[in-house]
Amino acid sequence: MAPQARLTLFSFVARRLLQSLGVLLGVSVIVFALLHLTGDPTRLLLPLEAREEDVRQLRALLGLDDPLWVQYVRFLSRAVRGDFGLSFKHQIPALTLIAQTLPATLQLTAAGLGLALVVAVPAGILAAVKRNSVLDAVCSVGVLLGQAMPVYWLGLLLIMVFAVGLGWFPAAGRDGLASLVLPATALGAFSMARIARMARSGMLEVLAQDYVRTARAAGIRAFLVTYKYALKNAAIPLVTIVGLEFGILLGGAVITETIFAWPGVGRLAVDAIFSRDYPLVQAIVAVLATLFVVINLVVDLVYTYLDPRIVYARSAL
Amino acid sequence: MSVIAEATVPVAVRPRRRVSFRAVFGLSVLLVMGGSAVFAPQLAPWDPTRQILVKRLRPPMWQERGLREHPLGTDHLGRDILSRLLYGGRISLGVGLTAVTLSGLIGVTLGLFAGFFGGRADAFIMRIVDVFLAIPYILLVMGVVFALGPSLLTVILVMAATRWVHFARIVRADVLSIREREFVAGARARGNRALRLLLRHVLPNALTPIIVMATLELAFMIIYESALSFLGLGVQPPTPTWGWMLADGRNYVATAWWLATLPGLAIMLTVLAVNLLGDWLRDTLDPRLPV
Repeated sequence: MAPQARLTLFSFVARRLLQSLGVLLGVSVIVFALLHLTGDPTRLLLPLEAREEDVRQLRALLGLDDPLWVQYVRFLSRAVRGDFGLSFKHQIPALTLIAQTLPATLQLTAAGLGLALVVAVPAGILAAVKRNSVLDAVCSVGVLLGQAMPVYWLGLLLIMVFAVGLGWFPAAGRDGLASLVLPATALGAFSMARIARMARSGMLEVLAQDYVRTARAAGIRAFLVTYKYALKNAAIPLVTIVGLEFGILLGGAVITETIFAWPGVGRLAVDAIFSRDYPLVQAIVAVLATLFVVINLVVDLVYTYLDPRIVYARSAL
Repeated sequence: MSVIAEATVPVAVRPRRRVSFRAVFGLSVLLVMGGSAVFAPQLAPWDPTRQILVKRLRPPMWQERGLREHPLGTDHLGRDILSRLLYGGRISLGVGLTAVTLSGLIGVTLGLFAGFFGGRADAFIMRIVDVFLAIPYILLVMGVVFALGPSLLTVILVMAATRWVHFARIVRADVLSIREREFVAGARARGNRALRLLLRHVLPNALTPIIVMATLELAFMIIYESALSFLGLGVQPPTPTWGWMLADGRNYVATAWWLATLPGLAIMLTVLAVNLLGDWLRDTLDPRLPV
């Protein structure tokens, strides 16, 4: 039994790893295509009045005359080594720029997700336990509003009320914990609503299970049944959500950072797109996608560890 | 006899025919929004692009300095907010509906194909889905829209081309179980061809999650269209869009609250209505679908 199980687990992990690599390969194709979508990339690099001869020279220098697949292989082999070329605008390696700004984005994302979890999980669970109460109703309204509010609008409202009106927090920039509050709230609100909703429905489902009823019938204290037995089982699906939410938050950070002038990768990306800094755009998309893939890989592995009922079947992939 | 039969049915089990608040609220808001978008030319008191600089930055009429002829105030160029909101709804709803329809068509087709035929085609399609899910959606859309040049058509096409994966995923999962059911085997045994099998027997049974997904995606598309507009990558001015209005209002948060608040409210109400309708549809059509 044991060797058999270990083998399946091993092949599951191996297959999952291989799948992640495949996804990253696909991402590289799209990132590569992004540059060529504009037609002739040399036109982006040179001033409009450049001579035809200079254009030709640069094309040869950049290897743009080679067949597309040769260019792709070259791009990939450099990208794997972390070389996305120089940023057109800043004239330093794209990856260096990302390394400088990524900590700010990760801080914002983690704060947003943390805030969402701290508010949403207890709220969702309490709403389920006290079903149809006032608390449940308040929670539902909050969930509906949270899911319908675009992050850029919420951000502006927060600035209007808490920065301009009350003056409690700074409206922009990254300077200490106080400056983190508003952007993290704006970014986390949507996830908060989703997580609260899932926590509530997950908890309701678990509370209706036979083993919960049995535990109650056996005379175990209601508090213990709810917050020990039921909660433990309701927590499992939440783990996967955290991984997915993190990816969504990384995307949302692009807009949040623009509104709050947060010096992270998102703002760098918007800036790069508008200044046609394609190597930088490529590098950012590649790095964020890799981050997403790695996080979800870890979450999947943790999930299978937490829930022994998971079958490592081919179809599960 | 009938009295006894009636009494043995527990009250809770009887199907409830209560009118759902969610459905009524969602539908009425959408009807109002849709109606005012369609009839914007008739309803709008002003040309949405007309600038009257002497009347710039006037608050809504219930506030001091507000003007009766501009019920919701004017913006920094003296344009009428109400008229701009009415016209902006055309873009938001129009782009949203078109993009959802397109992405639904692509996603459902590929999902049906992947789930029904399985094998290599399935593996290939699902890997593409994984790739699209891994890339930060907003960055991809921004990059492509900027490269191709922002316009109404580009925005719609790019949003559809990147969001179909969500339809493909749920349709495939559903088809995987539907194709094993007896009526499909029966239809196959009767000699039906694959295409007919798919369209007549599999697709109708996968419709519920598709409809629910479509409402969720519509809400998403409306939010993202305005996000693109907000960032300056959407439909270009002078066409009024809710996202642009928000972006304009951004510079006046301290002095003119209505500029950024009102278009945001319009977006939120529309998305809220679509979501409520989606929730209600899910509960009514198939309560087993995940939240």
